[in-house]
Amino acid sequence: MKFLISLHVNPAVLDALTDEEKMALGSGHGAFIEALKESGELITTQALADPSQAAVVSVRGGQPVVTDGPFLESKEYFGGFYLIDVEGRERAIELAAQIPDAAIEGLGVEVRQVMFSDGTLEA
Amino acid sequence: MTTAAVEDLLRELTPQVLGGLVRRHGQFEGCEDAVQEAAAAAAVQWPAEGVPDSPRGWLTTVASRRLIDQMRSDHARRERESATAAEAAPEEVPGTDDTLVLLFLCCHPTLTAASQTALTLRAVGGLTTAEIARAFLVPEATMAARISRAKQRIKAAGSTFSLPAEAEREERLRVVLHVLYLIFNEGYTASSGRELDRPDLAREAIRLARMARAQLPEDGEATGLLALMLLTHARREARTTAAGDLVPLDEQDRARWDRALIDEGTELAKASLAAPALGPYQLQAAIAATHADAATAAETDWRQVHAAYLILERIAPNPMVTLNRAVALAETQGPRAGLALLSTLDGDERMAAHHRLLSVRAHLLEKAADPSGAYELYRRAAKSTASLAEQRYLESRASRVRP
Repeated sequence: MKFLISLHVNPAVLDALTDEEKMALGSGHGAFIEALKESGELITTQALADPSQAAVVSVRGGQPVVTDGPFLESKEYFGGFYLIDVEGRERAIELAAQIPDAAIEGLGVEVRQVMFSDGTLEA
Repeated sequence: MTTAAVEDLLRELTPQVLGGLVRRHGQFEGCEDAVQEAAAAAAVQWPAEGVPDSPRGWLTTVASRRLIDQMRSDHARRERESATAAEAAPEEVPGTDDTLVLLFLCCHPTLTAASQTALTLRAVGGLTTAEIARAFLVPEATMAARISRAKQRIKAAGSTFSLPAEAEREERLRVVLHVLYLIFNEGYTASSGRELDRPDLAREAIRLARMARAQLPEDGEATGLLALMLLTHARREARTTAAGDLVPLDEQDRARWDRALIDEGTELAKASLAAPALGPYQLQAAIAATHADAATAAETDWRQVHAAYLILERIAPNPMVTLNRAVALAETQGPRAGLALLSTLDGDERMAAHHRLLSVRAHLLEKAADPSGAYELYRRAAKSTASLAEQRYLESRASRVRP
């Protein structure tokens, strides 16, 4: 079963971390990725550039309108994701709990099952 | 020989060659890689240059050479062993037992179900890692890692290439059959994705189940599992519309059911019931045979279906079985009786938000002339499933009863 673990990041919370904490966060993700690769559960993972760089695109009267993002006005922004293929929901949740963000107040880790996929898998 | 015919031949021979090699050298991991490489070479060479007189001997020789190369590069530690392997290479050993031993090895209880299925498809099914990855819609690197991890675990568990001890054989065999069942199910209903039916894995599971049964003709469950697969597979054409929409059993065009598969499956289901012990696959096959036996949905012998579910519930209690029994009960005693039985599942945490419980309850409420209750539950069921085809079906049922 495929699940998307999405990471919801509050930039203020990230900024408030000490350098050591930031390092630990980065190496925590590194170790998590390696473990997932080795177990054959990782499909892909990607992290996104800062939300201040986002463009919101809409089409009005047939004309595209581009405004500065992000689209959602909130404290947390979608920062990246892990796409995994695992035994079931329980395992997905077990893995999500290993992501360092899960232990930091103000950072969100969300698990949702994938329902449709196409195009991304070269296999 | 055509490429497809060569591939079929290779899939048939790989487990035999692998079995012989592991029996001789005892290192499953290395042997498995070597046999895959030999099969890959044959897949290129044979269609162009013709199949050798003894294809199995050819594969054994080539795989043995690869294995020796591998052993040499692994520190060239045992020259003597390599020499023995080279001499022994072309020997033909009866392979039937080896296939069974391989199945037991690949379905080792220390592995996760996902690893068991992947390894079984590769080592016994003769599929390449790329093919398995495609079937499960994951990248090849993901599947390769999973298979390699599985082989390491088997090595770490210290498994030898022999049948499990008599005392645990029965239990291990249940695992093997369950893995084949999972492969079939994966092919039959993708747990996510837009395609409801992926026939390749279903066919592969049937082929493996035939192999297992050939090894264990006396085992009622091995026969029952094959029968169940054949009877289920027989309905595949009628199960979806051209647009890919789900058609429930009672609305399927039975003329589109595959008669040959039904006949074979029914024969096997009957034969399996003669075995001394009765297991869940035999009973599910008997139920599928009862459905197959009815010319129209209205002619279904629901009493018999219900009786079979009742026994199944006793020998292998499971909320899904109770759920299915409720459907049969509703057919014989009316929807209220079915709903009353469903309410016994309410306390079950595994079932509370399961889309099957919601959809069956919706279905029975619809029959009990409660359209608003049915509408509500169809909608909730549609939200709970991760299958697009199922979701479309449930949405359409909801629209039909919309008050």
